[in-house]
Amino acid sequence: MTHAAELRDRTQELLSAHPPATTDRLDFLKARFDAGLAWVHYPEGLGGLGAPRSLQAVVDAELEAAGAPDNDPRRIGIGLGMAAPTILGFGTEEQKRRFLRPLWVGEEVWCQLFSEPGAGSDLAALGTRAVRDGDSWVVNGQKVWTSSAHVARWAILIARTDPDVPKHRGITYFICDMTDPGVEVRPLRQITGEAEFNEVFLTDVRIPDSHRLGEIGDGWRVAQTTLMNERVSIGGMRIPREGGMIGPVSKTWRERPELRTHDLHQRLLTLWVEAEVARLAGERLRQQLVAGQPGPEGSGLKLAFARLNQEISGLEVELLGEEGLLYDDWTMRRPELVDFTGREAGYRYLRSKGNSIEGGTNEVLLNIVAERVLGLPAEPRTDKDVAWKDLAR
Amino acid sequence: MTDLLYSEEEDALRAAVRDLLADHCDTADVLARAESGAPYDPELWKALADGMGLAGLLVPESSGGQGATHREVSVVLEELGRSVAPVPYLTSAVVATEALLASDAGDLLGELASGRRIGALAVALNVAPGAAYQLVRHENGALHGELTGIADAAVADVLLVPADDGGLYAVEADAVTVSPQVSLDLTRPVATVVLEGAAGRLLGDAEPAVRRGLRAGAGLLASEQLGLADWCLTETVRYLKDRKQFNRPVGGFQALKHRLAQLWLEVVNARAAARNAADALATGSTDADVAVALAQAYAASVAVHAAEEAVQLHAGIGMTWEHPVHLYLKRAKADSIAYGTAGRHREALAELVDLPAP
Repeated sequence: MTHAAELRDRTQELLSAHPPATTDRLDFLKARFDAGLAWVHYPEGLGGLGAPRSLQAVVDAELEAAGAPDNDPRRIGIGLGMAAPTILGFGTEEQKRRFLRPLWVGEEVWCQLFSEPGAGSDLAALGTRAVRDGDSWVVNGQKVWTSSAHVARWAILIARTDPDVPKHRGITYFICDMTDPGVEVRPLRQITGEAEFNEVFLTDVRIPDSHRLGEIGDGWRVAQTTLMNERVSIGGMRIPREGGMIGPVSKTWRERPELRTHDLHQRLLTLWVEAEVARLAGERLRQQLVAGQPGPEGSGLKLAFARLNQEISGLEVELLGEEGLLYDDWTMRRPELVDFTGREAGYRYLRSKGNSIEGGTNEVLLNIVAERVLGLPAEPRTDKDVAWKDLAR
Repeated sequence: MTDLLYSEEEDALRAAVRDLLADHCDTADVLARAESGAPYDPELWKALADGMGLAGLLVPESSGGQGATHREVSVVLEELGRSVAPVPYLTSAVVATEALLASDAGDLLGELASGRRIGALAVALNVAPGAAYQLVRHENGALHGELTGIADAAVADVLLVPADDGGLYAVEADAVTVSPQVSLDLTRPVATVVLEGAAGRLLGDAEPAVRRGLRAGAGLLASEQLGLADWCLTETVRYLKDRKQFNRPVGGFQALKHRLAQLWLEVVNARAAARNAADALATGSTDADVAVALAQAYAASVAVHAAEEAVQLHAGIGMTWEHPVHLYLKRAKADSIAYGTAGRHREALAELVDLPAP
């Protein structure tokens, strides 16, 4: 079952058995999952058919043409992009059967409990403790920068289970029930005025050992799968020319000649060129992935887009002149999605400041490129052989 | 959709050209040749053109060429850039050949395709596609005038000369006086061409031929610039892993690691821009003007930045005449002017993508 034609037939069978026009959205998504058409590269019985990942596009095109509902991937991005591949890679059969279907159809939203106030770039230094108590673990600590925590049913969590060994070795990976009474979610207001993220306080949260992912003490390795998939999912989409942040500022430039100055013109053209070239580099990476030749380029693209988003939105605020002195809305809200283009330039300017911090700071990513792509010597590591409990903090 | 990857055939072509250059184009030889006052390498040209048939890639088989496309040419230019090879490939096999393809060239096209003769478009190297250029006078059936900044004229057998009657003329090199100018770029020097009643054969209208030649030159120059930048990055990384100061490899200092990582990112982007331009030219895409201007607006500064970083990060040794990095710096800087500066191409884009000046 790896040919495009077979997949097309199978998709048509799904569509005739469950016509989208007359089928409940959730029922359709469940039927799609059960037909192995959710993510065709997943194994049979878990929403897939063990087919090449590139064939998913065939299924998606058929379903889109038939007007079938999708699973609103942006709403459940953390589940799809991070939790699912980790559960698939390290979960027990029971865990895979319990969690993957409601995750994919969107019945259960996931969040990620990784970063802590004291563990940002140095994530492996995390201090949230998990202590074994019979068949369960008791977890105490504080997590931060958790998007979707206020709507999530489950979380992927890494916690320290052994403070007496070096930091990377004493971490274990868990699935945490966000409805546990010991979980407290507080909105974390950002410089944009809204709270896209949360702080999560964990007080005597009980996690059954059956919700552990991978071996005790192997959580860092398991987390690498999660983080690797986060970066892969960033580079997967085809974007049209002016599809990114350069779009709104170019539109304003065309529509409002009274705002134009020579200086802004030079800067706009330079940024337009850089944005278009970065878009092509992203497209080239996408073509490499489709052709089964993934390159290291993805690690660099996030750096490029972070800088461009910041510079372009900064130029846009300046271009607007008197209007650039204004801001659309400082109301504290808790949006489910980040929407860069649905709001004004000032919001884009402030929000894009996070682009060079979230998902790995620019500085850390430059180290990664230098060491893993160019093979330059690694940063000196003074914490390698020191027990976690003896680290400076 | 634009194909931004390299095909298996293109990879094989790259490997073959790289092998040839490894045997025939050592940077020490390139430098010695530049100092000798005879910078060109006729043996290398023969091997590329006669041995591998690369001078005729853009020429249809019916006219004696290989009937390939700008995609293959771009791969050859990446490798020639990586070696700062002193051969008139871009000027003869791309720019002059493209100008002839827009003209009634007769046998000349096949002669250039075979590499047995070398052609040069007699338009100054700094001229952008669509920009004004100098003309010679056409009087009583003969050509008169002085042209400057003509790349590779010193090695050309035939010059393609635009005249004030709107025609493009083929003029034999021995009918004019070619004088090398002391050039910034040691490996692609420019020359003056003086015509004092020289005879020329009319090839057709100059304007479309010159425009076509310069557009292909500008678009494919991005691939040469990519090759230059790639060599500078690779060589600098290699050196900094090896070079030790303060009892550790210099390449382990974060300030330098970050600079090299940034440069790598620029090279990744330049590759996408150069591939995009080559593919657009190859397929005759309606977006080709944008793709060419975009590639030159981006890749020129990447090659210069890579060469400047290579000099700085090699430090003392990078300032010596003996080390080859200056050959790359000089080529990269000259390339940033060739076929129009980045600023010229941004101005072109302003019109092409409707972002007008105040």
